[in-house]
Amino acid sequence: MKKNLVGYAFIAPWLIGFCLFTAFPFLASIYLSFTRYNVVSPPSWVGTANYRMLFTADPLFWKALQVTLYYALMAIPLGIVAGVALALLLNLEVKGMSVFRTIFFLPSIVPSVASSVVFIWILNPQTGLINGLLRNFGILGPAWLQDTAWAPRSLVMMSLWGVGGSMVIYLAGLKEIPTHLYEAAMIDGATAFHRMRHITLPMLTPVIFFNLVMGIIGTFQFFTEAYIMTQGGPEDSTLFYALYLFQRAWRYLDMGYASAMAWILFFVIMTVTGVVYRSQKRWVHYGE
Amino acid sequence: MRSSIVFRLSLPQKALAYCALLLLSVPAILPLLWMISTSLKSDTQIFAQGSAGTPPITLKNLLPHPFVWQNYPNALKAIPFLTYLQNTILLCMVTVIGACLSSAVVAYGFARIPFKGSKALFMVMISTMALPTQVTMIPVFALFRWLGWYGTYLPLTIPAYFGVPFYIFLLTQFYKSLPTELSEAARMDGANEWAIFSRVILPLSKSALATCALFQFMGTWNDFFGPLLYINDPSRYTLAYGLQQFLSTHDGEWTQLMAAATLFTLPIVLLFFFAQRTFIQGIATTGGKN
Repeated sequence: MKKNLVGYAFIAPWLIGFCLFTAFPFLASIYLSFTRYNVVSPPSWVGTANYRMLFTADPLFWKALQVTLYYALMAIPLGIVAGVALALLLNLEVKGMSVFRTIFFLPSIVPSVASSVVFIWILNPQTGLINGLLRNFGILGPAWLQDTAWAPRSLVMMSLWGVGGSMVIYLAGLKEIPTHLYEAAMIDGATAFHRMRHITLPMLTPVIFFNLVMGIIGTFQFFTEAYIMTQGGPEDSTLFYALYLFQRAWRYLDMGYASAMAWILFFVIMTVTGVVYRSQKRWVHYGE
Repeated sequence: MRSSIVFRLSLPQKALAYCALLLLSVPAILPLLWMISTSLKSDTQIFAQGSAGTPPITLKNLLPHPFVWQNYPNALKAIPFLTYLQNTILLCMVTVIGACLSSAVVAYGFARIPFKGSKALFMVMISTMALPTQVTMIPVFALFRWLGWYGTYLPLTIPAYFGVPFYIFLLTQFYKSLPTELSEAARMDGANEWAIFSRVILPLSKSALATCALFQFMGTWNDFFGPLLYINDPSRYTLAYGLQQFLSTHDGEWTQLMAAATLFTLPIVLLFFFAQRTFIQGIATTGGKN
């Protein structure tokens, strides 16, 4: 009995914070999603109007979903492939590897505001570094962030630049694969390709799974870079879901509507991660 | 360690590996080098590439000539960098202290005191890490506004004092790994749980706390969304927010902007070099423990 009391006393800071900043807001936002609310005056009940409006009369909502989905389908798989490939390369035993490890990891710790500013400059169609380098090969580079097709791709490219963060997690995963598995395979005469296909990749699947789930959760909330670099433009080609939600809430003070959007986002993330979670039986290997 | 025959590379293989590494290093590091290089160039030099005829950018362009060191003092004055730096450091200190202390207390409760509902609550805490901010941010904003905290630093600092789930998780793992004999001995001497926590356990958790402090410092230093929502007075801007504001009002001042971006990134890079091990381990445990 006293143990319980002492236990709760220790976790009290989190428990109180959880109620105030997570549980209560979580429930409140369900209610707000059925209201018209502008923060200044009290919310007024509008029933399912926000949801009906979103699904039937708001082309920007669908556009935002489409933009986010396109980015997710590009950035997440490419990020996994690049992260794993880079980790495999960095796991080789050659001298000076720690220097390379630092070089590849460095971009991922650059504050996103700083990297956004730097990439706007690098991607400048006239004076930017990338188009300047392309001119060496006689290539006229695209207008990048000012081009409806290239703006989303630019952001994918930028996310790959920061792949070092997940690379470190893969690298830690690689280090944990027991050496005796490889030795046994060598004795059986397995080629490098076979070892990769039947030992390294299967043993890495729990880490890939973890990064996949984190990638899904993170991508659907992608905001800062889009806000700073494109503001959703040109022609809404980078109007990410979280950015549109933010604009609805804080630019138009349409907080009820934005709450409905938040709940749809929550539902989408839950569904997608749920499906991925169910799929892990098929492809994620736990234990040896 | 693995120095097994399995991983030994032949000479041509090694050469190939170095080629790949060097080739891939270029796109990884070039944006940062370009940032520094631009920060030291003159406007004439950076805009020479965009004018009529548009000569390509070559290796030669990486070096500023002449070196315009003046960009840095100019940037400090124009942004105003030092005011934002002060604000940012203040926020970092306040949130680091709050997040570390509160998370340690909570983690001790979860790790070392068996109480009813402990497991379930721990699971709830872990799952909140996956909750999208969008779902809670509007009511939280309304709450802080109602408390009269809008425009102050309170919304950016107070929540840190209620424990941060990620740090609580890290510290709980750490506290579970400490031998129970430590607490038992102190309990024999009549120490209560708080005394055991503050005098025995807390002094032992310096390295785990350092990881939390590092992540919290970076989190606050980099935070853009918090100031965007809550700070409206330019004298209270943080560096992350101030830099974006400068970008949106001074389009085209690239040399100064890159100087400011360099100064803004530098502390994080230095911190990384000094605390590389703490850093990588912190990130690696995130993935490994799941």
